[in-house]
Amino acid sequence: MSGGESANRPGQFMGYALPWGFVALLALVPVVFPDPYLLAVLTSAGIFIIGAISLNLLLGYTGQLSLGHVAFFGLGAYASALATLGFDIAIGFGLRLQVAPQPVWVGFLAAILVAGGFGWLLGRLAFRVRGAFFVILTVCFAQVLRMVALNWVELTQGPMALIGIPGFALWWPGEGVVELTRKDQNYWLVLAVTVLAFLLVRQLVQSRFGRAMVALRANESLARSVGIRVTHYLTVAAVISAGIAGAAGSLFAHYTRIIDPDVFLFIYTVTMVIMVVTGGKGTLWGPVVGGFIFGLMPDLLRGTAPPEVQWVIYGAAMILFVMFLPRGIVPALQALLRRRAA
Amino acid sequence: MSAATPARPLLEVENLAVHIGGLVAIADMSFAVPAGQVVSLIGPNGAGKTTAFNVISGYMRATAGRIRFEGSDLAGLTPERIAARGLTRSFQRSSVFAGCSVFENALMALHLRGRAGLLGALLALPFARREEKQLHAEAEALLALVGLADRAARPADSLAYGEQRRLGIAMAAASRPRLLLLDEPAAGLNPTETEALMALLRALRDQGMTVLLVEHDMAMVMRLSDHIVVLNQGRIIAAGPPDAVRRDKAVIRAYLGSAAEEALHAEA
Repeated sequence: MSGGESANRPGQFMGYALPWGFVALLALVPVVFPDPYLLAVLTSAGIFIIGAISLNLLLGYTGQLSLGHVAFFGLGAYASALATLGFDIAIGFGLRLQVAPQPVWVGFLAAILVAGGFGWLLGRLAFRVRGAFFVILTVCFAQVLRMVALNWVELTQGPMALIGIPGFALWWPGEGVVELTRKDQNYWLVLAVTVLAFLLVRQLVQSRFGRAMVALRANESLARSVGIRVTHYLTVAAVISAGIAGAAGSLFAHYTRIIDPDVFLFIYTVTMVIMVVTGGKGTLWGPVVGGFIFGLMPDLLRGTAPPEVQWVIYGAAMILFVMFLPRGIVPALQALLRRRAA
Repeated sequence: MSAATPARPLLEVENLAVHIGGLVAIADMSFAVPAGQVVSLIGPNGAGKTTAFNVISGYMRATAGRIRFEGSDLAGLTPERIAARGLTRSFQRSSVFAGCSVFENALMALHLRGRAGLLGALLALPFARREEKQLHAEAEALLALVGLADRAARPADSLAYGEQRRLGIAMAAASRPRLLLLDEPAAGLNPTETEALMALLRALRDQGMTVLLVEHDMAMVMRLSDHIVVLNQGRIIAAGPPDAVRRDKAVIRAYLGSAAEEALHAEA
């Protein structure tokens, strides 16, 4: 169940019509409520939901707790920003590495490749050390990258931040290829990438590949005994997970147009973990549901209470969810539906 | 060792030694498993049977000695590689993929029967879809073989003990290995269940699987085995067909004791 996506069992309606109806509703939001603040809030929630979807692949399906997931997000953001801004840095031995400013789609690909590459590296290294050691390694990984971003001023501008990052350039109906500067355009772009990330993960986990990941999570020595190659599946899952997080980072960079080393902050990893765990790890919809709740909550609370009280409410909500729905909202709903059906 | 089989044995264990820390789990063990037979490894607790299983299936490293499967050395191979070569095992404690349904367990165990990878899954390629259908059919057949077809939708960890054991054996046999290692499959089963288990093992053998068994149920070992290897304190003290082992004075004296007599009577 948690792994095998009996999630879609309650009929075609739940499995097909409902999700696409939901996407269609979301796509209509900028038309019906063209409020820039609302769109901004939903766009940043969407970027985090992509991050949560990617984390869920590792945390939910393979069962590996990566507390450095923001590293891939930040790598994607920097890779994409630097590729589109261009750079010229000394790499020692009297040599310089020069990259001319590239189109944004190159930056987007670079983000996925760089993050995916580091995902591979971390996967290779970390799956030799398991459990708590893996968690520590991932935390350190993100911290080290933050230090690099802070101190490699020639490349990253350090704490002065990378500014003037171009917006996403896409072909737009009636306008040709334009830079996406409007809120509604960025909103639709993020929505499209979120749907793509969701579909990608769905294809993956409902296949032989996904079964192998879940088998490793459920019982590793048994999984090995039936011929499932641990390192292969864990590494590939890490690469894909990191690549999707990198794509989210790229969207973030070209949406906010400015990034600084704070994109590597631990709190962002924590936010993604909370989204996955409260929504239901190892379920397709978990990170989406958790992402909506915890992605929108800070903004819904804004203006109603002082910031300190907001954080208390945020924390209390998280604790209540984990206490009363320890397996997450989506599994609880599934259980409820099953009981109603039976 | 019986040199009864002219062809090369499927599995050859030569001078295997396993030291765990300062403890000698296996001192010096040599035996062979001819293809198409049921071979049992017996001996009192601590004789080194499970250790031998763990080494053969790649979960532990040997200190010395050689293990050859179909003529090639298994040294240094991981369990998953060994499984891919056609040698799989079951576990002593009932072991299933918890949180997954019985059917999903069967599908997971059929991993080696499929080959669809990342691309096939992501692009939903026709061959991957066909293979998926094929695997579903095989999973159904597998569950039918062990009488669990009507349990397919149940969570595997909610099955009764005997059913979990059957599922475990089905999963080990799922990839149609040429050699199947079963670690105490009859432990904790009642006589009816044991009878069903024996029928299942015979059926697997008749499908062409060679079976290496670690088992405490002497009546079952005597009735099922073509060849028996008797271990005591990490050494082989006797080996041969059931009748010879049953009469072997060293075996009776050193290990079986009254149990052998009981087995004899149970048999008669």
